[in-house]
Amino acid sequence: MREVAVIGGGMTLFRRRLLETGKELSYLATKMAMEEAGIEKQDIDMVVLGSAPDAFDGIHIKGDNLVDGCAAAGKPYVRVFNGGGTGVFAPIAGWWHVASGVADVALVVCEEKMGSCYPHPQTAFRHIWDPILDRPLNPNLVWLFAMEMNRYMTAHDIKKEDIALVAVKNKRNAVGHPCAQLADPNITVEDVLNSEMMAWPVQRLDISPPSDGASALIYCSKDKARQFTDEPVWVAGTGWTIDSTMWTNRDLYFPQYVANAAKMAYKMAGISNPFKEIDIAEPYDPFDYKELHHMEGLLLCDKGQAPILTREGVTQRDGDLPVCPSGGLLGVGNPIAATMGQKVCELYWQLTGKAGKRQVPGDPRVGVGQAWGDIMQMGTVIVLRK
Amino acid sequence: MAKKQAMPKSAPGTHVSTKDIVNKKIAYTWWEPEVQYSWSVGPAMSRFLEELKNGKIVGRKCRKCRRVIVPPRMFCEHCYGPTDEWVYLKDTGSVETYSISYLDADARRIKEPILVGVVSIDGASPKHGFMHYFGGMKPEELHIGMKVKAVWKPKEEREGSIRDIIYFEPVKKGGRKK
Amino acid sequence: MNKVCVIGVGHTDFNSMTPDMEWKEFMYEACQKAYVDAGIDPRKDVDSFITCAEDYYEGFGIFDEFVPDQIGATLRPCGTVCGDGIHGLGNAFMQIKTGLMDIVAIEAHSKVSDLLTFGDVVLFAFDPVFERPISGPVERPNFAGSPSYTKKAPKPLIGSSKETERIHPYFLAGLEMQHYLRKTGTTEEQCAKVVVKNKKNAFRNPYADYEARIRVEDVMESEYMFKPVKSLDIAPTVDGAVCIVLASHKKAKELGVDPIYLSGFGYCSETPWLSTRGMDAGYAKVAAKMAYKMAGIKKPRKEIDIVEVDDKFSYKELQHLESLGLARSGEAAELLEEGELDVKGSLPTNTSGGLLGVGNCLEATGLQKSLEIVTQLRGHAGKRQVPDCEVGLAQSWRGIPTGTGAVAIFTREGR
Repeated sequence: MREVAVIGGGMTLFRRRLLETGKELSYLATKMAMEEAGIEKQDIDMVVLGSAPDAFDGIHIKGDNLVDGCAAAGKPYVRVFNGGGTGVFAPIAGWWHVASGVADVALVVCEEKMGSCYPHPQTAFRHIWDPILDRPLNPNLVWLFAMEMNRYMTAHDIKKEDIALVAVKNKRNAVGHPCAQLADPNITVEDVLNSEMMAWPVQRLDISPPSDGASALIYCSKDKARQFTDEPVWVAGTGWTIDSTMWTNRDLYFPQYVANAAKMAYKMAGISNPFKEIDIAEPYDPFDYKELHHMEGLLLCDKGQAPILTREGVTQRDGDLPVCPSGGLLGVGNPIAATMGQKVCELYWQLTGKAGKRQVPGDPRVGVGQAWGDIMQMGTVIVLRK
Repeated sequence: MAKKQAMPKSAPGTHVSTKDIVNKKIAYTWWEPEVQYSWSVGPAMSRFLEELKNGKIVGRKCRKCRRVIVPPRMFCEHCYGPTDEWVYLKDTGSVETYSISYLDADARRIKEPILVGVVSIDGASPKHGFMHYFGGMKPEELHIGMKVKAVWKPKEEREGSIRDIIYFEPVKKGGRKK
Repeated sequence: MNKVCVIGVGHTDFNSMTPDMEWKEFMYEACQKAYVDAGIDPRKDVDSFITCAEDYYEGFGIFDEFVPDQIGATLRPCGTVCGDGIHGLGNAFMQIKTGLMDIVAIEAHSKVSDLLTFGDVVLFAFDPVFERPISGPVERPNFAGSPSYTKKAPKPLIGSSKETERIHPYFLAGLEMQHYLRKTGTTEEQCAKVVVKNKKNAFRNPYADYEARIRVEDVMESEYMFKPVKSLDIAPTVDGAVCIVLASHKKAKELGVDPIYLSGFGYCSETPWLSTRGMDAGYAKVAAKMAYKMAGIKKPRKEIDIVEVDDKFSYKELQHLESLGLARSGEAAELLEEGELDVKGSLPTNTSGGLLGVGNCLEATGLQKSLEIVTQLRGHAGKRQVPDCEVGLAQSWRGIPTGTGAVAIFTREGR
């Protein structure tokens, strides 16, 4: 297995609607990553695209429509996709391109243009449900997470106040992020608890917003890394796992699939005590309870302990285990696949000390990023190390 | 040593507000695709839907895994072998989890909340069930673990759909035992 | 270096309609056959799974959700590649080359009979700003796209709501075929001969669905759809699922199977701008170059014994042979007429019947072609067996309107 270095990252502004098309957003993110890495299009051997449902952009086979924006015209190019898990699955796919020896330099682009979908991006989510069992019930996507959140809260007797702390932390963390959509330095737990009820127990401020945006990441092989950078960050571990389609046939209180993916990544990275050995975590936080749920799935704490760590301040930027120092999806925005910007690019910037106002103190060396997708069944995990 | 450039070094992209759109400052195109599907449902779901028409819930048994599976399928995802036999289940179960939704499928707000959740069906293996509506109760009565029973459409109105069950209602205390 | 081998293949029957099975049961059949062929238990032995699918072909927002159970991937590493089956093979190849995975299963299928509006879905792949409006009258909607959702969604205003009143997107094939004929001097009759050959080959392939005994005149007399493309020049769609199991050479030895090697792969996407893209299947040229390099092939025409190329339209077979460097520009039609592309010729092409004979199976195209090559290299092809074949090439194109194609090279001996 060849060692793989991250040498550049980039991302665009995240907003409910951006003027730029999907191609143009991909271009902007890619260009920033190429500038950071100091490379040109001809240096790139292969390109991976991550993008979630075609229904958002309103283009079938949208991967092919985005080719030019991804600096991939005339190059080997592939799109990978597993719903929300794509934001970390695409960089995992980029990793195997270089680790296998097939590519020396690989570009990963993640794009999402949710604003195109009428009347609401939620409409596209109608089609993610089982056509026989679920669609006749006219379901709303939020139901899924409300049901999972309820199960999680009930299993561990967790209070909503403790969950709201996550939204407060992440929206405050996002203040230092130039691309952030919902940064708020003054938000309080009361604001979250008093926000509009959507599908109990989920309220408006428990949710990350739909967004337009793109992000990009550049990898290169170990022998080439020194050409581009003095401080490479290495991909130390990757893991991905899918659970059964039948989400009504399992207990939703614990994401076993995330745990399996985490074990796979930790084994590869030689991590035996994740809480001790990991300096920064970027678990997927489209909803505030998901950060907690995923911390447990990532084996950063015991089942039911994540709310306690959060309450004690352990997960704050200056805590023992900073969680979502980027501001996460709750603060920076949720252009599904493009959240690679918070989950993987952020780790790279944190480990190289480039995170600016968001920088975690104390020279972090190991970070874990995670995403979650499909119908509450996909866990994707990546570990970066300095 | 030079100070490091903080990343992302800028936030490229142009924000478009609702106002910009309403005031027609933005050019856009519109397309509504004609996409229609008619999925073949296969042997497992065909039988399941047929039995719903008869007012019955049916599952499949995997002998190897000792599992009674609902919704039924012809193969077991655990052992990857074929499932073995049909099993009639009860039309009662318990609430595995639920939500009280103030949103419809397009995220529009609705006045009367929808009670929705997962029902684990009696007679199937633990935690095996499907999503459905709840009714015949106040939202505050609904809780995890609650015993519920299917309320069926009148026989002549059933059409072989999950909606042949109108919703699940609380099992009445002191009700007849069958 | 750790070589990568094919240790198992499985497929369903290919049929224009499969109302008896749900897509899940359909995929299960192909995968279970591949696992039995490889002599493995997917729940224990397969380290990673890949499905190749596009949402709108399937009718799902996120098709990846509806995959794991039927391919044996529950609680295992599994992901979707939105590409042709050979894109899946390539990514599986890379996963094995990292050393992280020993056995990877790749599945691709078409359940296109579930899709009622195929033409409109293909049209939906065109660029919404520059290309889709070609398909019908353009009217700017008097609609603000406001997020308040108070207004009812307007009726479609660009084009018509009826598919028949929009231009069928296959008109692009008409443009490209015109270009190809003019550039190479190939004739419509010669393209018709591709149809005759492939539909004849399909008689000897038990899973093919569109075998037919037709004459060149029958093709020539079939109606023009997108001149010069006639109705019989077009591969009709078909349902079918294929699964291929790859393993590291070491693992294949442990399992004691007689492997066929996946010695190289390549894929490429051209610019999406139809107006500036070349019409010479440049994607196949780049993909082949990558695959030849990986497999150490220097003289493809000499070294390759059998090929399966994409023939979604009859002229595509000839065009692809030329792009792959297996014939000079304009030479493919000559080879065809000289009988060199027949099962008994020097460059047997589409012995399975190709897509014209088997049916256009969308993203499963690459795996169907790979399946044929593996079957031939194993010597299991029965009446259509090509004698003494050692090196085979499978090639696919993702269809209109993409400029994306993929190539895989299979060999009897490791390279």
